[in-house]
Amino acid sequence: MAPVDIQIGRRPNLQGALHGDTDPATQGGYSDHPPRMGFFTDTSVCIGCKACEVACKEWNAIPEDGLVFTGMSMDNTQGLGASTWRHVAFIEQRKPIAAQDPGVHHEGIDVSALAGQGSGTAPDQAAMTPTTPGADGEFRWLMASDVCKHCTHAACLDVCPTGSLFRTEFGTVVVQEDICNGCGYCIPACPYGVIDQRKGDGRAWKCTLCYDRLSVGQEPACAKSCPTNSIQFGPLDELRERADARLARLHEAGVTDARLYGRDPDDGVGGDGAFFLLLDEPEVYGLPPDPVVTTRDLPSMWKHVAAAAVTLVGGALAAFAAGRRI
Amino acid sequence: MSERTDVSTSSSADVTTNGLRGVRPDRDALTGVATGKRGRRRDRRRNGQRDGAPTVPAAEFTSYYGMPVINKPVWSSPDIPGYLFLGGLAGAASLLGAGAQATGRPALGRVSTAGAFGAGVLSLVGLVHDLGKPSRFLHMLRVFKVTSPMSVGSWVLAGYVPLAGIAAVSSVFGKAPKIGMAATAGSALLGPAVASYTAALISDTAVPAWHDGYPEMPFVFVGSGASAAGGLGLLAAPLTQSGPARAMAVFGVGTELASFERMERRIGMTAEPYSQGRGGVYVRAGKALSVLGVAGALLGRRNRVVSALSGAALLASSAATRWGIFHAGMQSANDPKYTIIPQRERSKDRR
Repeated sequence: MAPVDIQIGRRPNLQGALHGDTDPATQGGYSDHPPRMGFFTDTSVCIGCKACEVACKEWNAIPEDGLVFTGMSMDNTQGLGASTWRHVAFIEQRKPIAAQDPGVHHEGIDVSALAGQGSGTAPDQAAMTPTTPGADGEFRWLMASDVCKHCTHAACLDVCPTGSLFRTEFGTVVVQEDICNGCGYCIPACPYGVIDQRKGDGRAWKCTLCYDRLSVGQEPACAKSCPTNSIQFGPLDELRERADARLARLHEAGVTDARLYGRDPDDGVGGDGAFFLLLDEPEVYGLPPDPVVTTRDLPSMWKHVAAAAVTLVGGALAAFAAGRRI
Repeated sequence: MSERTDVSTSSSADVTTNGLRGVRPDRDALTGVATGKRGRRRDRRRNGQRDGAPTVPAAEFTSYYGMPVINKPVWSSPDIPGYLFLGGLAGAASLLGAGAQATGRPALGRVSTAGAFGAGVLSLVGLVHDLGKPSRFLHMLRVFKVTSPMSVGSWVLAGYVPLAGIAAVSSVFGKAPKIGMAATAGSALLGPAVASYTAALISDTAVPAWHDGYPEMPFVFVGSGASAAGGLGLLAAPLTQSGPARAMAVFGVGTELASFERMERRIGMTAEPYSQGRGGVYVRAGKALSVLGVAGALLGRRNRVVSALSGAALLASSAATRWGIFHAGMQSANDPKYTIIPQRERSKDRR
């Protein structure tokens, strides 16, 4: 069965169709379906190993898309795209990471002098060494594995004119590559910059939340490979509970920077199927601070289009009325 | 290896000869909590900092290495700005052609219906050529989705172009007047939709300069379309019949300029790309040409050559405006500040 054809013939429930909290699979026409599945990516335990990037590329047989040196910390991947469905961001900051203490102390040992003997750069000349952590001693390295958000209200899916993008029974959003005609509309529609066109192929590609693996009861490749469980996969309800508890623990521990991103079903996209725990503002990680699904305004857009079309007719009538005199 | 029973003082987990003991799942690791000797770090806290709260700098624009937040459209010039321009020209010219035939202006009718068909076909060519898989154009017609302006537009064009074709052939060759009249009426009915839906098409994206301008964009587009259609009439129809084309151009330019002005004032910083860079150059050229075209059309209405030149200026102005809007959108997608700053302010206001 091609789930995409559900869009024709069946009258959708318009309440909650374009914004607000809703169950996307039910909205998409599935009457009996498994729970909505998603990711909770807890960036506070991400170690930047990029196992997720590799596992994703391997499992989904994604082609190489450029080997470049960017100078952006450890990030040569740069961002999500047609051939990058997991992207680990690296951010270096002169900020304390709460009251962090490595738990390793060297009272009585002049480690700087020791390091100085064996090191090419004298510690006092180096901006930062393992034993002299730089100005204020404050440094933190944020790492975060980004992925398609599988929005409750997915703009890419809404604007797709071919029905290539569809909602799965798991509430996720997937491209059917044998249908996509490469019109490219989904690409600027996505408020997160996730989906993109593959060069030389012409079609749009993005994370499928490993639809093939889910269908046989397996977890997605990235979550499977994550060595620290920074990427957690499961029913969205359960993940939200787990994330709330995790956030409370971090706040209790003094990590007041921690916040959840994409967890709120009342946000501009109706909540993300893949949401995050971040340690700084979303834009620091390259995420939009307050994304809104563009189709939320579509009813109003159509009204303005209709008014403009009527104006054009009125203008033409007036032109013929005035045409005799002008 | 048998003695490694107590290797760790900073973690609750141990490696013992009987395997791991006291291991927490990795996801429960508490980043940032003092895990070693306590007390030392407290003295190093910055002055003025609240207990345990890291200082967050005052809200200012930050981004991930200056990278764009959204992926910019893969649409290219001249396909897509040409498609916007030609769609507007076609839709408005169909109205002008129908009116000309109804009011006994056959020359203006011929010019406008033929122009509408030509522009309609070319806009479709632009659209198909820009597809990543042009051979799959017909996939556009396997569903109808009101949530996708491109789907709506494909169906509208699929209905419009054949009608405009019949109208043009009938009008130019004087064959099958009854079928021609019906087709002319049909194309005039769909024309306004053809001229305006492309505004919803570009506004229904996350591209800041396009999305934020959605209330005025359809009026800019029909205005631009009307001035192009008026321009075509002035360029190709004789003076005795081009009165309505002249009036249409005045209406078009007035609507376009007023709506554009209103949009730029209302959307604030997101309007910057309309006056800067490549987009700004095209938009300014469009405005100047439209004023020039209207002035020439009104002052030179007794002169065929001046009227024709004014018509050409109006066509060029409509095209320049569409190219300007296209490039301004690209610029606003490429610079993360147009995505981040308005969203940041919006979320601040809500708190």
